[in-house]
Amino acid sequence: MKHGGTVRSSAARPGERAAVDGAGRTQAGANGQGPPAVKEAAAPVPFGRRSIDLVARDRPAAARAATLTGISILNESGIAHDALVPDLPPAEFLRIHRAMVLTRAFDGRMLNMQRQGQMGTFAPGYGQEATQIGQVWPLRAEDWFSPSYRSFGAQIVRGWTMDHLMLLWAGFHEGFAPPPGVNDLPFSIVIGSHLPLATGVAMGLTIQGRRDAVLVNFGDGASSEGAVHEAMNFAAVFTAPVVFVLENNGYAISTTLEHQTGQDILAARGPACGMPGVRVDGNDVFAVMTACREALERARSGGGPTLVEAVTYRMGVHTTADDPKVYRDDAEVEAWRARCPIARFEKWLVGRGLIDEAGVQAVTEACELEVLEARDRFRGRAVAHPEELFDFVYESLPEELREQREEYLARLRAKGVIDPAT
Amino acid sequence: MAESTMHQLTMVEALNLALCEALEHDPTVCLLGQDIGVNGGVFRVTKGLQERFGRGRVMDTPLAECGIVGAAVGMAISGLRPVAEIQFSGFTMQAFDQIEQNMARFRNRTRHRYPIRMVLRTPYGGGIRAVEHHSESREAYWAHTPGLKVVIPSSPRNARALLAAAIADPDPVIFYEPKLIYRAFREDVPDAPETLPIGRARIVLEGTDVTLIAYGAMLRRAREAADDLRDLDGTSVELIDLLSISPMDTQTIAESVRRTGRCVVVHEGPRTCGIAAEVIARINEHAFEHLLAPVRRVTGFDVHFPYFQTEEHYLPDPDSIARAVRETIAWDPTHRPR
Ligand SMILES: Cc1ncc(C[n+]2csc(CCOP(=O)(O)OP(=O)(O)O)c2C)c(N)n1
Ligand SMILES: [Mg+2]
Repeated sequence: MKHGGTVRSSAARPGERAAVDGAGRTQAGANGQGPPAVKEAAAPVPFGRRSIDLVARDRPAAARAATLTGISILNESGIAHDALVPDLPPAEFLRIHRAMVLTRAFDGRMLNMQRQGQMGTFAPGYGQEATQIGQVWPLRAEDWFSPSYRSFGAQIVRGWTMDHLMLLWAGFHEGFAPPPGVNDLPFSIVIGSHLPLATGVAMGLTIQGRRDAVLVNFGDGASSEGAVHEAMNFAAVFTAPVVFVLENNGYAISTTLEHQTGQDILAARGPACGMPGVRVDGNDVFAVMTACREALERARSGGGPTLVEAVTYRMGVHTTADDPKVYRDDAEVEAWRARCPIARFEKWLVGRGLIDEAGVQAVTEACELEVLEARDRFRGRAVAHPEELFDFVYESLPEELREQREEYLARLRAKGVIDPAT
Repeated sequence: MAESTMHQLTMVEALNLALCEALEHDPTVCLLGQDIGVNGGVFRVTKGLQERFGRGRVMDTPLAECGIVGAAVGMAISGLRPVAEIQFSGFTMQAFDQIEQNMARFRNRTRHRYPIRMVLRTPYGGGIRAVEHHSESREAYWAHTPGLKVVIPSSPRNARALLAAAIADPDPVIFYEPKLIYRAFREDVPDAPETLPIGRARIVLEGTDVTLIAYGAMLRRAREAADDLRDLDGTSVELIDLLSISPMDTQTIAESVRRTGRCVVVHEGPRTCGIAAEVIARINEHAFEHLLAPVRRVTGFDVHFPYFQTEEHYLPDPDSIARAVRETIAWDPTHRPR
């Protein structure tokens, strides 16, 4: 809204408006007339001392209403706020349930394989299934997803096969390449470094006139990285269609939220950057889905980015190299067991008559079987190709690197790793 | 010096001892890093130190490497001697800004007014079946940065002594810890405090036929190669442990090569502009006329560190080191370069 060449907040309430204008006059000296010596601030400092609403200048509606909202739809007892339950066909509720159960089955099998020495270090997501599945459920195939390393459940929904993910965690090179047709980035091991990429992809989509969005997942620990703030700020400045899903599971390895941040409501970083912040119960798949769907719709329609904080809890180890007993009590973990995202969803499904105990059992068994089949496929594919070491570094290998490659292949031949004749 | 009691320690335990001694004897020493307190560090190098010295001196930080190093530089400016831990050396990249722009140059920028007395400890190197970004060796970046010292121990005893020296040093030190040998073996470490001078290499084996230079986790592999060469070929290898990458002990290197006339340099980081390139340049400058063969290097390749199924083929091993030594010894001086 322009007033005599100055930009004013459009969201200030009338009472405050006067004060703002008053301050503006004081600053500008002549209320837009007279010499244009001082460019008036978009949101002038109020005269006197008063609290300030977080409202921005002439921005998309989302940024102007950079608000903080909380959403919880399905509680621990499996009771839902009926009016807020997503309007979906029954079969879709069952598919969401199955995806969560499959995520847990994959998780358990991976831990098992790691213990048996068939897997590298693995980061389980036990207890975080609602956030995992809920965040990607509203994504379309044309949208983009940038996962973190604990996002395997979400990756499976997006079309990464489980044997592919197993290859990745077992230290095979093939694992990080997104499968054909899946618009995803590989997960990021370097904490937070993928967020600027997500913003950049979103900016790129807009520049190329596409109406797709990007959803990026990161942790409470990651929220401390400089790159995360830079990515969010860029996204707000460029109105990039990106949804930042902050999966707050209470820990970054041993570091609690208390040692991670001075402001426990991490969603508050959204309004601070000029985008809405939504804090949802991360163990409530409806809340996660709803927040992400709304944020994605806003993003696709030019409304800019959103920060969704999903409050959940890491029930298991940080990774298989971690011992949580050193830094947290079992009692704390037990208390969260009652908030299990799968159990509460099952209660709701049973209550709605969409499934019964036997049905739940059947889904669980089917998922176990599916994971075992994936493991068998993985075993068939678990063949290292050390001779490929140089093949993906450049489009075509520079001459001098061919010499190194020869030296390396000679080493492999000498070790009998590859056929001496090749 | 009176014989003091010895304890058989791993490198992790020896580093813990050095940190404990520093905290005890110097009230300006403090530790900061991710998960170093309650958790004792992901490799347990700082185990028990927060319990003993309190949260004020052993600080768990938010997950922000740039913040950790920047805050440590600030603490050093305020008069403390911080020892910052970066959980894996791959994540020093997040702190590159603070290392390069402030940690390395604040003394020079302020004409000695604010020397940065701090240590940045971080585990580096491959061979532990770790995920991506957890196995790199990028010591060459820091050796390339004026104002920094770069130290890499190779055993529990020299780790303890060098860390003590690094903490006492008036300049900022990057202390790279070879995590492959964090717990690989134990060594006698004396009860009594010990330091080693930064900037000195150590002759591990005296020999007459060839100089073999290594550091960090590769020292053990070079040593194995040297033993094989002695047993199988009767070759007398002089093995040098660099210990200090910057400043580098040119004198020890040059004197050795003047005696042996041959040299092979080993490291796991990529080849181009790696530490071996610098060693070879110094040999050219200080011992060229004594060379009987071109100096060879056995290094990582100029590719990204492979995922762990392939890492053992990438890393120098005793065989590839021994092969390079044999080629150096068999070098035909009448052979004309390509
Ligand atoms: C830049 C960087 N620093 C440190 C690490 C080591 N690290 C791996 S996971 C992790 C904790 C991450 O916590 P959070 O972001 O909360 O995600 P969560 O593990 O809880 O899913 C740390 C410190 C890393 N991978 N990358
Ligand atoms: Mg976390």
